[in-house]
Amino acid sequence: MNILEVNDVQKTFATQVAVDKVSFRLDQGSIFGLLGPNGAGKTTLIRMITGIFYPDAGTIHFEGRPFDAANDILRIGYMPEERGLYKKMKIGEQALYLAQLKGLSRHEATQKVRYWFNKFEMQNWWNKKVEDLSKGMSQKLQFVTTVLHEPRLIILDEPFSGLDPVNSNLIKDEIYDLARKGSSIIFSTHRMEQVEEICDHIILMNKGQKILDGSVSGVKQQFKENLFQVGLENAEPAENGAAPRSEAFAVVGEKDGQLVVKIDPGHRPNDVLSYFIQRGTGITSFMEILPSLNDIFIRLVEGTPLARQFQKV
Amino acid sequence: MSKIWLITRREYLTRLRNRTFLLSTFLFPLVIVLFIVGMVAIATQTHTRHRIAVIDANGYFKDYLKSDSTISFVFSPDLDTLNYESKGCSAVLIIPVLPEDKKTIYRLKYKKQLGLEGSGDLTNRVNEAITDHLIYEKTAVSRAQLDSIRRGSDIADFRSYEDMGTTAKASNQGASFFVAYMSGILIYILTFVYGAMVMRGVMEEKTNRIAEVVVSSVKPFQLMMGKITGIGAVGLTQFLLWIVLLVSLGIIAQGFIPASTWKDVQDMQHASAMGDASSVAKTSELAQRVYRIDNAINGANIPLTIFCFLFYFIGGYLFYSALFAAVGSAVNEDPQEAQSLMMPITLPVVFSFFIMTVAVQDPGGPLAVWASIIPFSSPIVMMARIPFGVPGTVAWWQLGLSMALLVLGFLGTTWLAGKIYRTGILMYGKKATWKTMWKWAFHK
Repeated sequence: MNILEVNDVQKTFATQVAVDKVSFRLDQGSIFGLLGPNGAGKTTLIRMITGIFYPDAGTIHFEGRPFDAANDILRIGYMPEERGLYKKMKIGEQALYLAQLKGLSRHEATQKVRYWFNKFEMQNWWNKKVEDLSKGMSQKLQFVTTVLHEPRLIILDEPFSGLDPVNSNLIKDEIYDLARKGSSIIFSTHRMEQVEEICDHIILMNKGQKILDGSVSGVKQQFKENLFQVGLENAEPAENGAAPRSEAFAVVGEKDGQLVVKIDPGHRPNDVLSYFIQRGTGITSFMEILPSLNDIFIRLVEGTPLARQFQKV
Repeated sequence: MSKIWLITRREYLTRLRNRTFLLSTFLFPLVIVLFIVGMVAIATQTHTRHRIAVIDANGYFKDYLKSDSTISFVFSPDLDTLNYESKGCSAVLIIPVLPEDKKTIYRLKYKKQLGLEGSGDLTNRVNEAITDHLIYEKTAVSRAQLDSIRRGSDIADFRSYEDMGTTAKASNQGASFFVAYMSGILIYILTFVYGAMVMRGVMEEKTNRIAEVVVSSVKPFQLMMGKITGIGAVGLTQFLLWIVLLVSLGIIAQGFIPASTWKDVQDMQHASAMGDASSVAKTSELAQRVYRIDNAINGANIPLTIFCFLFYFIGGYLFYSALFAAVGSAVNEDPQEAQSLMMPITLPVVFSFFIMTVAVQDPGGPLAVWASIIPFSSPIVMMARIPFGVPGTVAWWQLGLSMALLVLGFLGTTWLAGKIYRTGILMYGKKATWKTMWKWAFHK
């Protein structure tokens, strides 16, 4: 079931089209990566999904119904990239306040805050003030206040920035856990290795438009360059005299002491293997090289003016 | 609605728990009292006695020009325009022969300004001396008789009554003036204090990036209204505490006044009601003071004044704080930016203050009337007119129209501010001008 369906949404600010006819779907329980360079229109898109902005054109459906900001907003948890808390307010009270703004009663809110504070070992923070917290600590508090009302859709914009590896893993595990329990997660970041690790599905935006949409493995397949890494038995490939020559492939380099070959169109990986087998060369490994999302990202975005007129709209 | 309530509650409680709230609540009245005491002290202190040498070609000013606690006139044949300073005088008054059939100029010469020209005090004395001289010259009245008439003529005392149709109420212009002036100043100060508080609150939410978190749960308008009502409630609480403080101070002060004085006061009230002013003069100075204060308090329509004060405080606060919120939302981190954007808001407030100082002198004049009806200035100016009497000085229709327009006015500014706020609170980096704010308000 689709928890969120965005159809051709568009938003224009003054002279600039911030989001230009973007569509995508989000399955229940999936982790969705929303990628793009600065100023691509991600924040504007998120603000339309969270009801902060109305789209100029296009529709948004939440749980199969047209998006109704007043009610559906209570079932969404949003952790913006630029996030803050009331510095002078006590942490416990602050969490309660934000939970109540999400429609929980004071009683419910208290229970949920206690549950999450226990889980993250934050019990003795209750009466501290936000200004006494480190960046990582306030990040954890932000995460708790984003998810404690058990939203159906969770939007996390750079959730790991400022977190040490231990706390990053803690949050990551919670994200998996929330997805397993049926929440859908939109994850916006520049950190491609995190996207590869966490996300099921991604879209890439640039200059307000969606330029890529698919599963992580699907996208990698789509952008693969038929590169393979071949490990050969005897000695270093470079000392093998002349590089192997075949009409089926060309050697394009080497990596970790192994050959990197590019298979020409119309040929199969088997042709590479049979080439070496026919020559009696022992093969120790054979592996396809798929592009990293980072490579794909840079390839797609490169050459376009990244610095748009303004970053945040 | 419940979200606005939650936000209001947070704004209210966090501010109430703040130490600065307690401090300002108890220090502000103290500062006001000290201010008034200081003003009175300065006003009485600066009356230094001027010694003025007089060179009189007519010869009669010596008999008629009267010295008192502020000016003493020195007549001596060896005084001239060169040596008056060395003889201990601060100025010299040169009066040439004054023929009756034409205007002649007399001069005051000094090294340091005495501040006597503007007051008319000196010219009055000179004119009075000439009058006395002429009366003495042209009629058969002796000098002793003239003096006795001057001394004895202080037998009438002025009292004004406000015409209420079938009844009349004793009014006290001095007290009305004081209450009017204080109310105007108080509304002026409170508008700025709480307006600035709203602006700072909005700026805090924007620069700390809390706004983005909160507006994903509530509408920007709800956030703005919650803040405005919360801080307004703080203001009301503070005001009510001041009244409690004032009343209890009053009760404590009454405890220090001896019972005999109270008896005198009662006698005076009784005598005054019978139209006998002479008994007032016989009692002690303290009793007379208490009587005057008591009279002033009883003379003013206190419930109406307090009601109107609350109404205009709330109305004026809502009217301006919405605009302050709009400015706060447009500002980035630079306080200087806030200063320049605040100008168009602070100008009408400051302007109202000046109109108010005129209105207390002439509460029925057209400037006062219209400024008390137009919502930009009505909170300050109307409060400066109400103590002079409703419906005497302020007609019911004026009060009604002024209140209705103020309500419409703050609905208007809130609507406008809401539109600016909605865009401004999430807009970073770009320096806002009134032009861009206008665009936020009226484009989409």
